[in-house]
Amino acid sequence: MKKKLMITAIAGVLLGLAAGVPAQQAKLSGGLVKIGILTDLSGTYSDLSGQGSVIAARMAIEDFLKQEKNPFKVELVSADHQNKGDVASNKAREWFERDGVDMIGDLVTSSTALAVMPVAKEMNRVTIVNGAASTNITGKACTDLNVHYAYDTYALAIGTGRAVVKQGGDSWFFLTADYAFGHSLEKDTSDVVTAMGGKVLGSVRHPFPGTDFSSFLLKAQASGAKVIGLANAGTDTTNSIKQAAEFGITPKQSLAGLLMFITDVHSLSLKTAGGMYLTEGFYWDLNNETRAWSKRFFDQHKRMPTMVQAGVYSSTMHYLKAVKDAGTDEAKAVVKKMKDTPVNDFFAKNGSIREDGRLLHDFYLLQVKRPAESKGPWDYYHVRQVIPAADAAIPAAKSECPLLKK
Amino acid sequence: MSARPIPWGFVILIGFGLVAPVLGIYPTFLMKCWCFALFACAFNLLLGYTGLLSFGHAAFLSAAAYTTGHAIKVWGLAPELGLLAGTVCAGVLGFVFGSLAIRRSGIYFAMITLALAQMLYFVWGQMSFTGGEDGLQGVPRGVLFGMLDLSDNTNLYYLVFAIFLAGFLLIYRVIHSPFGQVLQAIRENEPRAISLGYDVDRYKLLVFVLSAALSGLAGATKTVVFQLASLTDAHWHMSGEVVLMTLLGGLGTVFGPVVGAFVIIGLQNGLADKVGSWVQVIMGIIFVVCVLAFRRGIIGELGRFLRRPL
Repeated sequence: MKKKLMITAIAGVLLGLAAGVPAQQAKLSGGLVKIGILTDLSGTYSDLSGQGSVIAARMAIEDFLKQEKNPFKVELVSADHQNKGDVASNKAREWFERDGVDMIGDLVTSSTALAVMPVAKEMNRVTIVNGAASTNITGKACTDLNVHYAYDTYALAIGTGRAVVKQGGDSWFFLTADYAFGHSLEKDTSDVVTAMGGKVLGSVRHPFPGTDFSSFLLKAQASGAKVIGLANAGTDTTNSIKQAAEFGITPKQSLAGLLMFITDVHSLSLKTAGGMYLTEGFYWDLNNETRAWSKRFFDQHKRMPTMVQAGVYSSTMHYLKAVKDAGTDEAKAVVKKMKDTPVNDFFAKNGSIREDGRLLHDFYLLQVKRPAESKGPWDYYHVRQVIPAADAAIPAAKSECPLLKK
Repeated sequence: MSARPIPWGFVILIGFGLVAPVLGIYPTFLMKCWCFALFACAFNLLLGYTGLLSFGHAAFLSAAAYTTGHAIKVWGLAPELGLLAGTVCAGVLGFVFGSLAIRRSGIYFAMITLALAQMLYFVWGQMSFTGGEDGLQGVPRGVLFGMLDLSDNTNLYYLVFAIFLAGFLLIYRVIHSPFGQVLQAIRENEPRAISLGYDVDRYKLLVFVLSAALSGLAGATKTVVFQLASLTDAHWHMSGEVVLMTLLGGLGTVFGPVVGAFVIIGLQNGLADKVGSWVQVIMGIIFVVCVLAFRRGIIGELGRFLRRPL
């Protein structure tokens, strides 16, 4: 049962010899750097990561080889983990053991990221998590060979919670998916809301996954809270937003999405989602740099990048530069180099990777535009506030990661 | 049914198991196959030989997977004790589920097992030690009996194969024991078995517990191999998958579930990169084709062709 991976050969591979032998030869396992993008290519999260992440990684490799004049060979492989931890761990093991993959990137869905990280640690390889959200990745489960790049639930929930209270939304009601992730999202956010002087009027838990949110939404409506916090994800979030619009709950009460992406807004349409608050680590229309990169991405993928896809590009680039500077693809040396070097590109300004693997970078509190305010496709957000990097990550003192306790 | 399968069936099975990793087949994939083969065989004991369709076998797989994972990771037990803990836990759970479920038969039996397994699924989703939907990861493989290092894939492979073989031979022995004959009598005609004086409920409960414990052994072994236990193991898809493996391989045949497990896991692994979630649709089509065209399953049809029970 040999599996044929979708192997993407990189153009630079052929140019490598012609460009001449570079000054310092990097010590590479297998003579090349092999990057694996393990993601959801067909399921719920394929919109926000999926094929777009593979494209982003390919762009990063092409750009790196062009900028650095082909210092070494880079190869890209990708596979679908179907959002299952066991499939992801199986595939990662196979990549490491059999195919000599040096770094696995993207890893959407926390269960897959958490499953792959210990395998990578055992085999001394690098993981760069972009798609997954759990704070455990840089908390209890942290490893010294992992980088959590794009975002986590702390950044989004805390960011949104704090900022919305500041904007006057001081009474909250939570609509929570009834599983561990939903509970922790609700708890984190309500802690912030109360700490900021806001009030939590109550919460209601819906089964996961849910389809009919009517009774829960009516409770939320009856609470009279100014803000309804959606402590759920994926289709649960989009369905509850749609139904809130149908019940006429929104515009009177506003919704706050605690884990939402631009692709969710895209599929909901501005008519339904307009007015909502959410937090993201990246928006394509922030400045000239983000617009320039996003346009290139759009040309290939026909969709604007999510923060996950932008993160895949930025982190892959950062990784490759670290391999070049460290002169090796040995995991510890590369991760050390990545942590020592600040990230300065369209994705993050003065971003730095903390000991626990968290990339500290700015987040943005966004409000979804109403249809009349939008100038065209993908023009979806008002940037309401920049959440500085220091506020967007769990303070080192509160972290459960042993690496920060030295 | 009473004639024993030809011995070369065992020769092929054991021979394949011993040389497969040497032939260059990826060992982790093989280990996964053996775990599911054991799971399917345990399920077949219940469905194929006693005629009880349980639709909640994922519960036993997952209960053992979580118990073993927790025992090894948090309590720091040696892998052999972890495996034992998982198996015992699944057996106890089997006793509880079985005591309730065998009071009814047919579709009601299936529904009760499904309902109980679904309850357990949501319990796992809520409990903290299972890690909810994130799962339980980073279970160390450890050292077996204090001397065999399981982080070496070859060592682990032969351990997994030995566990499978032990479970498989136990099931084979049970089927061909007087106890197994009574089970088959119950499958063929329950009222007659009762009228012959057999305490049918006790037989059913016993085989249910046995099947649950062996499913648990499969789940526990899987945890050691993959170093993780997740909600996938507890989802009703898993209960459905084991039905599919058994039917495809051949219901009520000794070797059928093994072949079924290899085919299904092989397809899932092979197709995952090419078609993604369409795997589920393809599985569905295979199921329909199997039921319509060769109802006895791969091994069942082969056995009919050779005119011997396999």
